[in-house]
Amino acid sequence: MEKMVHTFPPYRGHEARHGQPEHHDPGFWRTWIFSPDHKVIGIQYGLTSLCFMLFGFFLMLLMRWQISKPGVPIPVFGPLLEKVLGQAAANGALSPDLYNSFGAMHGTIMVFLAVVPLAFVAFSNFVLPLQIGAPDMAFPRLNMASYQAFVIGGVIMLTSFFIPGGAAQAGWTSYSPLATMIPTDGQIFWLAGMVFIITSGLLSAVNFIATVIQLRAPGMTWMRLPFFVWAQFVTSFLILLAFPPLEAAAVMQLMDKVAHTSFFLPTGLAVGGQLANVSGGGSPLLWQHLFWFLGHPEVYVLILPAMGIVCEIIANNTRKPIWGYKSLVYSALAIGFLSFLVWAHHMYLTGMGTKVAVFFQTTTMIISIPSVIILTCFFISLWGSSIRFNTPMLFALAFLPMFGIGGLTGLPLGFNISDVHLHDTYYIIAHFHYVVAPGTIFALFAGIYYWFPKMTGRMMNEFWGRVHFWGSLIFMNVIFMPMFAQGMAGMLRRMADGGANYSAAVNSRAGADVIGGLSNNIMALHTWILWGACVLGLVQIPFIINLFWSIKHGKKVDSDNPWDATTLEWQTATPPPHTNFPVTPRVYRGPYEYSVPGHDRDFTPQNEPPK
Amino acid sequence: MKQWFGEKILGLPPLASTNGQGVDDLIIYVHCLMIALFLGWIIYFFYVLRRFRSSRNPKADYVGVKSHASNYLELAVAGVEAVLLIFVAVPLWARQVGYFPSPGESTVIQVVAQQFAWNVRYAGPDGVFGKQDMKFVTLDNVFGMDPADPNSKDDIQLINEIHVPVNKPVIIYLSSKDVVHSLRIIAMRVCQDAIPGLRVPVWFTPNRIGRYQINCAQLCGNGHASMSGGYLTVESQADFDKWLKSKSGATTSFE
Amino acid sequence: MDFPYIVEPRRDTGLYNAKLGIWLFLASEVMLFGALFSAYVLLRVGAEPGMWPHGWLNVYIGTANTIVLITSSITTVMAWVSCKLRQYRRFKFFHALTIVLAMTFVCIKSYEYHDKFTHYEITLANGKFADGHLVERSKDFDLAKKTGRVTIHGHEVDHEVELMDMQRPEARHIQREELTIPATDIKKMERYGPWHHTYLAIYFTLTALHAFHVICGALVIGFLWGPGSRMWHTDPERFTNRIEVSGLFWHFVDLIWIFLFPVLYLL
Ligand code: HEA
Ligand code: HEA
Ligand code: CUA
Ligand SMILES: [Cu+2]
Repeated sequence: MEKMVHTFPPYRGHEARHGQPEHHDPGFWRTWIFSPDHKVIGIQYGLTSLCFMLFGFFLMLLMRWQISKPGVPIPVFGPLLEKVLGQAAANGALSPDLYNSFGAMHGTIMVFLAVVPLAFVAFSNFVLPLQIGAPDMAFPRLNMASYQAFVIGGVIMLTSFFIPGGAAQAGWTSYSPLATMIPTDGQIFWLAGMVFIITSGLLSAVNFIATVIQLRAPGMTWMRLPFFVWAQFVTSFLILLAFPPLEAAAVMQLMDKVAHTSFFLPTGLAVGGQLANVSGGGSPLLWQHLFWFLGHPEVYVLILPAMGIVCEIIANNTRKPIWGYKSLVYSALAIGFLSFLVWAHHMYLTGMGTKVAVFFQTTTMIISIPSVIILTCFFISLWGSSIRFNTPMLFALAFLPMFGIGGLTGLPLGFNISDVHLHDTYYIIAHFHYVVAPGTIFALFAGIYYWFPKMTGRMMNEFWGRVHFWGSLIFMNVIFMPMFAQGMAGMLRRMADGGANYSAAVNSRAGADVIGGLSNNIMALHTWILWGACVLGLVQIPFIINLFWSIKHGKKVDSDNPWDATTLEWQTATPPPHTNFPVTPRVYRGPYEYSVPGHDRDFTPQNEPPK
Repeated sequence: MKQWFGEKILGLPPLASTNGQGVDDLIIYVHCLMIALFLGWIIYFFYVLRRFRSSRNPKADYVGVKSHASNYLELAVAGVEAVLLIFVAVPLWARQVGYFPSPGESTVIQVVAQQFAWNVRYAGPDGVFGKQDMKFVTLDNVFGMDPADPNSKDDIQLINEIHVPVNKPVIIYLSSKDVVHSLRIIAMRVCQDAIPGLRVPVWFTPNRIGRYQINCAQLCGNGHASMSGGYLTVESQADFDKWLKSKSGATTSFE
Repeated sequence: MDFPYIVEPRRDTGLYNAKLGIWLFLASEVMLFGALFSAYVLLRVGAEPGMWPHGWLNVYIGTANTIVLITSSITTVMAWVSCKLRQYRRFKFFHALTIVLAMTFVCIKSYEYHDKFTHYEITLANGKFADGHLVERSKDFDLAKKTGRVTIHGHEVDHEVELMDMQRPEARHIQREELTIPATDIKKMERYGPWHHTYLAIYFTLTALHAFHVICGALVIGFLWGPGSRMWHTDPERFTNRIEVSGLFWHFVDLIWIFLFPVLYLL
């Protein structure tokens, strides 16, 4: 095995090092911006989506301020906002319109522009071809087009903040008729942006599936694929089959908006003080069905890649095989299949009959079982292991209980009779943020710390990694745990005033002897959450600095395989050269052969020839 | 015990309807399941993290767990979920949407939501709503009442105010004139989307006299947070009759 | 490391990369059109009784277009076969034919669009409805100012419902004539655009999306016919694969139309 360590920037002119004729230096643009190399595209996707994530978080900080101090000018940023956005941010506070568009854009950006491109596209781009021993993606140029479509979509979304009337305001779910009736063109931008983002997702999905099916190295049978590959493979199918219906829905809503059709507008609508001048005859529920037909598979798109990442890191740092590899694979497949059958659990309260409700409750309960199996496999893998607590492992371990909380709180939502009380409250917000924020985001952090040495040839700083970990763990919980209490007490989501209008305090001020209303204690939690969110933002600073500083100054890795891992991405040069492997690797065994009895090393790479 | 757990541990808000008990019960049962699972797992988790850290257990075991206990655990989770589903959730839902109280012995109300208020309509002294048709819908006639129908003459139309007698089922026919809203009365444990173009009935039986908030639970525009003017008043039958009479301005007694 | 399976198929899957790619892409296309078809079903089922139109489209033109598209599918197959047989000139001929047929399809389709955009339903002040194709508008015609007059070739009915089902027996005998209506008699005047009725909305959306696919496909085929065909001389096998892949896409576009035609024209 060749042991050669290169340093950043790696992705050019490296052929020479492997004894092949030196290509002429393609130059900055062809290397970093218009490169068809899957590793570069992975890094592009990664950095872009991290920026979007930071932006999405920033929107949320402003919103959290507004929630806990409605109408009070935002310090520092308030005047800035007012200058840029004008009336909508009059006084340096968020108007309800602006709050709604920040909320819609936070959801959209986090889901479609941050987590999907990072968890799904960026990680599988960088890691997946390496893990299966492929020279690149099956369609490198399609890959590049996917990134370009993504950037265009993102730019359209960002532009919409600055048009008159501002960005989309109807939530990330964009329910019609609201989305159609709000008199801003933000929704048009949202829909147009979505069409590009969806296209980009589809291109990536086609690419990943084709790559996994066609380009596995010799010997890499299906049951020798690392679980990460399986997870991304299932995710690709979810994207491939669930995104197009949303695209269709987006086209129809766009028609409603610009060609004044009535796909989602029923007869007899009255908006803005007059009867809507539309032909009518459409159905608002049609939009909801199409949206959630995407929406539910989408949430598994957010979690499956995270599970894949966590699995790799746990196997590596427990130094033992993952327990129940096959059940993991079958569970992931089951989740993929079932996730197309549960969408209407988001629509329990639209007035559905018993039969339909029974169907969707049952599928929802059934789909929770494979998640339990996956988590259980990870838990059991810990038994008998020899755990190395490095930063990636800490994040991966924290993923387990955090996802656990999020997943378990999905259960009361899955029964429609208990959903009656919890629907559209902060309980839901807490439920899904536990899965996507301390869940998926932790897995993403874990993945970044874990594969960083492969990308750059240097390690990220352990100490600051730990600061980042503990800070994130604590303050994520400070933010989201109180939301369960708020939701249970009946605080509704998407409230520009944080529910102040429904608080007991306002009720009693009005002199009404009203029973219920949000108590002062519940309202006071807003302040906690606000400060929690601020500190959460602060503890990301070590991470950001660590990330960029380590590219140039991190500790150099002392081998191509600094974590003593078994999977193929660690068995090539660091960073990997242009077609990844000097010669096509041959695979002899499963992905997690750690601590095999009778071997002198505690790991046996997949491509190590048997003795 | 159940009561205490629901109120003090979970923080469920006050309940004032008979059908809401089922909602609370299920929430409590599911949370018991969740807490049991969570505690079991988290204890195991920390135990394992301590016991198998590399400084204490430098050499990992290739095989790990051999027993099949986890299969039983997974089966148990599935079993409990199935029980809750089949014996609690489904029957409750079936009762809620399948067995409407007869209109004769209930208070029947029509509600049409709009940005950002609730239009409420009672049948008035004759107990019969006027004929309705979408084609009559105008800005002032959000219910689409047929102006020619004599039955609609004594109907009572109000805004943001619902009165109902206690201990008698209430049926609300819910619709919306512009966007999707959601009628939510927390203390009654009802929540139902008001969808333009559809008229969906919901029912509940209030069992505690008092005044309750009506929340709008679905994002409906910039006034969503301040769509808070609606109140439900639950009162004795006599008070209710008096109130209805005062509103209808009819000369004949309601009885 | 060489890039595998660009030309030769992988043994265990029997596919080369691009072929698998196009199959996957078509799967997503099925979901796209599937969603629109289910929207169609929902809108139709949800329509008020009697208010779902029948016979608004010309079945003969639609049939003609169907034949055009099916023929083009055959010519693409012929083109591919010619490639397989290494008959370059025959390939050129058949592929040119495909492009011509594709353009014919688009032309016929735009004629149909034009027909709908010159078709008006006029709500008269007396509550009746006039319906027909625009013949001319007087110079001073202005609906808002209520000046001038408009002439259509069509007929007048008492209720809007009567405009819906143009296939019922009585509708066959409708006498169409030129009607001149002064603006003062017009309450509302609307073309048969997508905003006029959800049927037209779904009709325009589906057919426009389909036509978009036709045009994209034609562009690809045109590229492979023209500049792209240079690959023939360097790598005929790979070129043949490209023709096969573009052909698969073309068959899919054809197939969509086979569903669209009965759903929109006949049912
Ligand atoms: C990644 C995202 C993700 C994931 C994985 C899930 C998982 C689940 N979700 Fe969630 N959900 C969302 C994201 C997600 N959800 C979002 C974004 C929304 C709101 C959308 C909106 O309205 O804007 C939502 C809303 C939502 C609703 C709609 C509520 C409403 O609007 O009224 C429902 C209802 O059934 C539901 C149910 C479930 C269920 C049953 C699961 C199950 O799959 C969960 C199964 C998992 C478990 C059962 C956990 C098992 C745990 C362990 C084995 C380990 C425990 C470990 C320790 C304690 C150490 N979710
Ligand atoms: C993947 C999805 C995702 C993620 C990760 C998050 C993350 C967060 N969300 Fe979000 N949220 C949604 C999806 C998501 N959210 C959706 C779909 C909605 C519903 C919208 C709607 O109502 O329509 C919602 C709504 C929502 C609300 C409710 C608003 C309302 O109803 O009015 C709140 C309230 O507190 C909230 C808070 C947060 C917070 C504090 C985080 C934090 O966890 C954020 C943590 C992130 C960071 C701390 C940033 C880390 C930064 C980096 C790593 C950058 C590094 C940068 C470089 C290297 C360049 N979110
Ligand atoms: Cu009405 Cu929200
Ligand atoms: Cu869901």
